[in-house]
Amino acid sequence: MRTIPAAARGFIGCAALAAVLCAAPALRLGAAAPWADALALAALYALCERLRPGWAGPVLLAAALLLPPPLAALTALPGALTALPGALTAPAEAPAAARRIWHAAELALACCAAGRLAGLLAAALGHRPLRAPDFPAALLTAAAAALAFCAVLAALDGAILIAAERRPPRSAWRGLLVPALGPCLVHGAAGLMTAVLWRSAYGPPAALLVLLPMYLSRWVFAQYHRERAAHQATIRALVQAVDLKDHYTRGHSERVGRASAMIARELGMTERRLEVLRFAGILHDVGKLGVPTRLLRKDGPLTPQERAVIELHPEYGHEIVRGIGFLGEARAAVLHHHERLDGSGYPYGLAGHRIPEAARVVAVADAFDAMTSTRSYRRARPVPAAVAELRRCAGTQFDPRMVAALATALERDGWQPGLATAAQAAPPPCGNVPPDLADHPSNAADEPPRATVPHRTAAAEDGAP
Amino acid sequence: MTTPAGGSAPLVAAVHGAAAVLAVWSLGRTLWDGLDRPGTALAFGVLIAAGELLRLGPGERESAPLGAAGALAYALLGETGARPAAHGPAQTVSVVLAAALVGLVRPLALGRDRTLDHLARRLLTAGFAATCFQPLYHTGALAPWGADGPLRAPLLVALLALTALCDAVLAAALARARTGWPYGPLLRDELRALPGIGSAICATGVVISLATAVAGLWALPVCALPLLLTQFAFRRFAAVRTTYRQTVASLARATEIAGCTPPGHARRVAALGRAVGRELGLGATDLDILEHAALLHDIGRLSLPDPLPAGSAAPLPPDGQRRIALLGGAVVRQTGAPPQVAAIVERQADPYRDQPVTARILRTVTAYDDLARQTAPPGGALRALERLRLSTAHDHDPRVVEALARVLAAAGGQKTRENQGNQGARRGVTRRLRRHHSR
Repeated sequence: MRTIPAAARGFIGCAALAAVLCAAPALRLGAAAPWADALALAALYALCERLRPGWAGPVLLAAALLLPPPLAALTALPGALTALPGALTAPAEAPAAARRIWHAAELALACCAAGRLAGLLAAALGHRPLRAPDFPAALLTAAAAALAFCAVLAALDGAILIAAERRPPRSAWRGLLVPALGPCLVHGAAGLMTAVLWRSAYGPPAALLVLLPMYLSRWVFAQYHRERAAHQATIRALVQAVDLKDHYTRGHSERVGRASAMIARELGMTERRLEVLRFAGILHDVGKLGVPTRLLRKDGPLTPQERAVIELHPEYGHEIVRGIGFLGEARAAVLHHHERLDGSGYPYGLAGHRIPEAARVVAVADAFDAMTSTRSYRRARPVPAAVAELRRCAGTQFDPRMVAALATALERDGWQPGLATAAQAAPPPCGNVPPDLADHPSNAADEPPRATVPHRTAAAEDGAP
Repeated sequence: MTTPAGGSAPLVAAVHGAAAVLAVWSLGRTLWDGLDRPGTALAFGVLIAAGELLRLGPGERESAPLGAAGALAYALLGETGARPAAHGPAQTVSVVLAAALVGLVRPLALGRDRTLDHLARRLLTAGFAATCFQPLYHTGALAPWGADGPLRAPLLVALLALTALCDAVLAAALARARTGWPYGPLLRDELRALPGIGSAICATGVVISLATAVAGLWALPVCALPLLLTQFAFRRFAAVRTTYRQTVASLARATEIAGCTPPGHARRVAALGRAVGRELGLGATDLDILEHAALLHDIGRLSLPDPLPAGSAAPLPPDGQRRIALLGGAVVRQTGAPPQVAAIVERQADPYRDQPVTARILRTVTAYDDLARQTAPPGGALRALERLRLSTAHDHDPRVVEALARVLAAAGGQKTRENQGNQGARRGVTRRLRRHHSR
């Protein structure tokens, strides 16, 4: 049995009561009111919501422009009360009936508010709605009504988040209104045209045509999200192929992606670049696909020849990802993530600022995760020790800016290694976790010789010391 | 049957000629009669030109939805703000031509054939719709049908549906003339795309014409907004599709880098498989699925503990092939590909009678690529085909082998040379990497 806090229950009750009060004057409207239009629009809205939730806003806005406010509030009810569960807004943990009531109440309030504002503006601007001579003024009215509709919805959604999930007000409201503004204006335009045609001589059949592009864009966006999910699954498959070969690095790629994104955010990079850097971290070792599995899993020290083969993996990786356009600078990061600031890295021995910025970010993230994650054959370091080690190597191996950014981000947000790989056993807070020798030849000198662990596969998978 | 171009060039010339004649007649007639309601003409011209400027990338079926909708709306415009608009078909075509020329200045300057096709289609469809509607409307012949009341919208939708059908026939004919691919599947693809963006264009065209009739020219930008949203959605979708394709191609390259398959194998199989599929009359959806499966068909080799050496002279025994196919199917399922792709990869090594046609194509083309690589270049292709023909009893579908032979013959010298050039370049990269290996 799912329950919600008493405050949220009270809030839903208040909203429902307010909605009833908004709609109640409809009873006094009498037979002269446009009941037939209200019924038709309500049926249309319910039908649209059943077809595919979340795109039928123009129908409600048309109702707000066409009908008296109490009737507009009633228009939303049948659609909201019969909506599919996926269409219902917060609170997620409430019982379905409560969520339906909440959804209906907030839509009714928003419709009523939009209708009332439209009526006031129409009176103030002195236009009889929706004929040619009224036109620039009617645009203003429709835009204001659409904005009022979205603002009321955003305010109520934020309030219920605060009441039900005890979110702090700023984080609850942030991100609700601003992203909704663009779609809201488009819905306003479509609502206005629906209303214009509905009332014209051409009637409802013409008004229905306005909804077709809206439905289509909703459908295409759904396709878009499906395709994007498939794309992300493909990227994960690439990474999993590496994990299959190299048991030590389970979850390593995801974590490096996360650490790279942390650094990028700390450096104030744009959201887009941050995503690219996340992918750079996730894919940095994809070239290990080209390295024989035998070498990746080898116990004990590597011969110089074997090391040379392993050191080819940045070039292999670049060869694999260079055709993926959206990765942008992440491709350079894959190629250069083993370069060192003093020029003694590989594959090209670039130094200083000739190493691409993205590669310098990924290098720090990679070393950090290698030091703090569980591997079977070496002592792990706790996060502060790893940061100290990064600081020690800053300037020679790592870019001090990136190291400082990572340290600041870690101090503020902490580090949850198990987050990305929740399905697997979380590694212990500290244990035998040193950086991979093959990954970081520089550290080889400071490390004690590798211990041979007989059941390394099991150990690596469980993350047990 | 599908010998490219040559005989079809007259068709392109005929379409372009018809469009040119229409354009010249319309311009002349408009100059002679003068412009009716220049304000309305200008507003629609601006809308169409803006639509052409905001076009989707090339390769989309309708690259400028807003331009198309604006042109159709002007063709179907009966009145503006309750005052009759008396422009006829000639003025419609003239306005569409002028606006499209403004919008298409850049692509026309770059001299792309497709832009000319696009312009010709735009003029012909606008002319067709206007010729069907304007005279009937202005003589009052449509009034008894309820064209001044609620029946106007369905009437206009029916007219635009007819226009869209004609446009699809024309587009498929032009595509056939340009590419030499079979007409049937091209027309089928055009028709199948109509309910998508095509329906939104038609609906918006009708809405703009009716809303302008009721509310005047202010309706133009307002009606354009929903279609712009649709266009934006399509663009996002197209972008993510491109990215997805690139990633799949890269995943396919991973097997080459890992040394499981010879360089360029997956890409060659994908390209050749697409050509053979087209020769056999597959539609666009099936071709996409076939290409996707072809790129990933060897992915199962990555799951083997010890990768099989690439380019080993003897092909795998059937058991081994089937095992790789099953492993590959499992991996492909994980990559979030459509289930049909995984099914093709899984069944690529079955006897052809148990396979769907896409898997037959994949099987035959893969075998061809392996055989052609093992045989020395002069006559290698022929000898590989001969080997395939000899195993049509059980392994390879004779229809697919013959389609492959036709594709290879049609592609002829030029394409083969191109491919060999690419192969050479790719081999160069791989050789460099291998040299590192032995360092």
